Amino acid sequence: MAYSDKVRSIYNGTLDEIREKGIFKQERYIHSSQAADIEVEFPTGSSLKKVINMCANNYLGLSSHPDVIKAAHEGLDTRGYGMSSVRFICGTQDIHKELERKVTEFLGTEDTILFPSCMDANAGVFEAILTKDDVMISDRLVHASIIDGIRLAPAMHDTFKHSDMAHLEEKLQLHADKRLKVVITDGVFSMDGDTAKLDEMSALCEKYDAMLFVDESHSSGFIGKTGRGTHEKYGVMGKIDIITTTFGKALGGASGGCVSGRKELVEMCRQKARPYLFSNTIAPVVVSGVNTVLDILSKSTERRDKLEKNTEFWRKGLTEAGFVLKDGDTPIVPVMLFNAKLSQDFSKALYEEGIYAIGFFFPVVPQGQARIRTQISAGHEIHHLEKALEAFIKVGKKFDILGKTKQEIIAKYGQ
Amino acid sequence: MDEMKDVVLKYVINEYLEDEDEVLTYDTPLISGGIVDSFSMVSLKRFLENKYKISIPDDKATPEAFDSVTKIVKLVNEFLK
Repeated sequence: MAYSDKVRSIYNGTLDEIREKGIFKQERYIHSSQAADIEVEFPTGSSLKKVINMCANNYLGLSSHPDVIKAAHEGLDTRGYGMSSVRFICGTQDIHKELERKVTEFLGTEDTILFPSCMDANAGVFEAILTKDDVMISDRLVHASIIDGIRLAPAMHDTFKHSDMAHLEEKLQLHADKRLKVVITDGVFSMDGDTAKLDEMSALCEKYDAMLFVDESHSSGFIGKTGRGTHEKYGVMGKIDIITTTFGKALGGASGGCVSGRKELVEMCRQKARPYLFSNTIAPVVVSGVNTVLDILSKSTERRDKLEKNTEFWRKGLTEAGFVLKDGDTPIVPVMLFNAKLSQDFSKALYEEGIYAIGFFFPVVPQGQARIRTQISAGHEIHHLEKALEAFIKVGKKFDILGKTKQEIIAKYGQ
Repeated sequence: MDEMKDVVLKYVINEYLEDEDEVLTYDTPLISGGIVDSFSMVSLKRFLENKYKISIPDDKATPEAFDSVTKIVKLVNEFLK
């Protein structure tokens, strides 16, 4: 045994440091299906509490939809539980190919390849398609999984200031001599809820002969008039070279992800992407569920329309109550509190009022930008949002932040 | 030399400082001070190479050599003909 007391004390010391910094993460156990109403055990060992969930990525309320559950059962019954193989040996079923075709059609791309998760898609795609002669130019606020993918790729990496098109153009000029250039962004930024200006980015990419990569994990299924994503919202469907997205959020919320885009790039992933080559793909039960999710969304925009209305109600309610929000029109609605401790105390007080919403602070968001990130769902009914609003106002009054500006909140609680 | 110092200082301020009130001098530690991370050194190196028509070998573009405007200017001058 090499796990000596010395080794143990090193790890315990590191874990203590994390606790002292106040960034030790603890899970809360949910004893029900994922939905607007959930039953939570928190702290561990306490009795169950019924709360309204305001922080799930369950944007379309499909995580526990009866048709999706039925489809998952059918998948289990007809295609079994596991594949016990990677895709290219004996791990590909007809339903995997069916899902790839459906995603391609839904996103308006040329081809699609499934990955075990979008984290894996982002981790694998850049290494598969780029060499040391190429450059990746990413928005400074892209998701952590993209950063990991960038680190694994041999190409040069540079960044541009968040959503700053002039800065992006400077970088495209600076790297004009590179063999291939790829501009990298999230479609919807998960912490701020703003959208990438894909129309301007697409035009810049055309001007400088660069490919455009968009992670649509917080967009697929509900952004744009028919929910195809940020590229639909900005009128550039068919112009995005690489889209990655997840089935772990709006599209049923189970797991899995994909790379969808130009057929040569997808084929390069099939030949070279390591998370695809060396890991099983999505389990049949989940594939069947997602196939049905895409059928539901292709038939009707009812759920994304309801989500849009819910989001408008929620943003309007919070704004009128006097909270400071991040601007935007997506279902990610950050309530700004600026101070880390205040965000934790506020979250705790909300929980006591039956509202489950988490406080985020540095290093998840920049220093002095602590917040409660609320996420709206088509699974919410207006009575859920009214109750949540009531609780937010009560807690907002308790901490005396309603109608206060950023500067006033910082003056009261510090940054 | 002084002109180059100002060009580099201006670039670093424009490129890396998020807070407009932050003050940066010729000798402010950039890498060890956490202002420029090792990822971001790439664009700084490319900017210098393009601007001054030089090529800085990777083994010379170390975090130490990029740790302040003064040090960067010294490095660039080594490669200027």
